[in-house]
Amino acid sequence: MKVNLRIWRQPGPHAPGRLVDYSIDGIDPSQSFLEMLDALNEKLIKEGKEPVAFESDCREGICGNCGLVINGVAHGPKAACTTCEVRMRQFEDGQTITVEPFRAKAFPMIKDLVVNRSAFDRIMSKGGFVAVNSGSAQDANLQPIHKDDAEHAMDAAACIGCGACVAACPNASASLFVGAKVSQYTWLPQGKVERHGRVLKMVKQMDAEGFGDCSNHAECEAACPKEISVSNISRMRREYTKALLAGV
Amino acid sequence: MINPKDIHISSVIKKLLTGITGLSLVMFLIAHLIGNLTLFAGPEVFNAYAQFLHHFMHGMFIRFAEIGLLGMFLIHIWSAVSVQMSKKKARPSRYAVEADAGGASKKTFHSLNMLVSGGIILLFVLVHLNHFKYADHEAIGTMRLSNGVEAFNAYKLVVGSFQANFGYVLFYMLAMAVLCSHLMHGIWSAFQSIGFTRPSTLPYLNLAGKAIAIALALGFFLLPLLIFMMRGTFDPNLGPETIRHAANHFLPLLAG
Ligand code: HEM
Ligand code: FES
Repeated sequence: MKVNLRIWRQPGPHAPGRLVDYSIDGIDPSQSFLEMLDALNEKLIKEGKEPVAFESDCREGICGNCGLVINGVAHGPKAACTTCEVRMRQFEDGQTITVEPFRAKAFPMIKDLVVNRSAFDRIMSKGGFVAVNSGSAQDANLQPIHKDDAEHAMDAAACIGCGACVAACPNASASLFVGAKVSQYTWLPQGKVERHGRVLKMVKQMDAEGFGDCSNHAECEAACPKEISVSNISRMRREYTKALLAGV
Repeated sequence: MINPKDIHISSVIKKLLTGITGLSLVMFLIAHLIGNLTLFAGPEVFNAYAQFLHHFMHGMFIRFAEIGLLGMFLIHIWSAVSVQMSKKKARPSRYAVEADAGGASKKTFHSLNMLVSGGIILLFVLVHLNHFKYADHEAIGTMRLSNGVEAFNAYKLVVGSFQANFGYVLFYMLAMAVLCSHLMHGIWSAFQSIGFTRPSTLPYLNLAGKAIAIALALGFFLLPLLIFMMRGTFDPNLGPETIRHAANHFLPLLAG
């Protein structure tokens, strides 16, 4: 199959960027979106042109590196998929596909389709861990945890930190990411010990990074490759309120 | 154990405030609508109701209620507008193509235009207060209630206003359509903002929010229209002696 591409090219953080048209033929519908971009880059290199910079690592939907905005939707047209899991059969032969980077002030541009998502790491460094001694592996089985709680914690922990929630949010808010991380720990006994400080610190860092505030559009949940529910955002606010009350 | 340094006027606090004030305003609207339904019971009941509101607890009740409402309104506007202001800063360069992911998204025309609908509501409230609260009470006059009390004839003011000019009725109907839009997203959003939603209740709260929005706006939408159309039932010149006449129009309506 053949596709026409409009890809965001930007040589560096401060250089102006623009959409550039490309066209590529001989794509197999079972190829992944990233393999299609690989093919485009080989073609560009053979032509002596600068290849398109994009990020990927696992190419199986677990590392969260590969996020792109494809035709206006973070991670492309298929629900519950990362960009690397999108297959070319999801597009029409001859379709024009616009590819843009995740756009947010808190995700500064590096080059072309690559942005810097280390704001998420700095948020995690404020509370995305358990500092109490939680024992060794076998101790985990000695802690009785309700099945439902374990399931909720696991649902929240499915977040791969790809940043699609920020990319999809009309306000570029990171509430779903922080909500998922806060929730994940509060469901479990090991995480409850530091719950109050954790939510305050993580929210403070989120605000400091320059993410927007949340308007509850829930577009983040729709774009999330792991289908993380916005009820985690509600939980984060509940945790935040409890932390404030604990301080009084 | 929390460190005071970790507390600031955060995005979460702004959402809590927007949600609490928004829901309080919705509760006020529900009470306001129920109160206004006494218009159907004729001038005696409506004027007695207004008289009661103004003199309950020696007039302290209405004073506190007014100050509370004004406070809610101001906080709501501040926190909601500042949430909206953050978005331009947070995404300086826009997408060339914008599309909806569909699925679980609650992003709608209503949710995207909260600032516009809120602004129109603000204008409406100013006109509404100017017309009814700060009306020329001398010119309207009073009415002697059946218990002998001489009460301000609020009924005449309300019914007369809506019967005088269909343009005024139309203005109210448009404003209520905008209110409906604000609340179609607003009510569920407020539950989400105050941390009330849970995975199991989220879809129901979303549905209930829309239902309340429609019911509330429809009530306020129909009142002026009915007053305009049913001139026989709503007569601004009704005195106590003609209340029976009003009741005769009203009771068959109730019956079917
Ligand atoms: C009767 C009057 C009003 C009622 C009942 C009302 C109700 C609500 C409710 C329930 C919400 C959802 C709160 C949340 O998302 O947490 C909301 C949000 C909002 N309101 Fe109002 N509101 C009223 C007047 C206004 C006014 C006068 C403005 C002013 C400009 C305004 C602007 C907004 C905005 C911008 C939002 C969205 C905030 C966001 O992005 O999250 N509202 N309103
Ligand atoms: S490359 Fe790892 S999630 Fe796509």
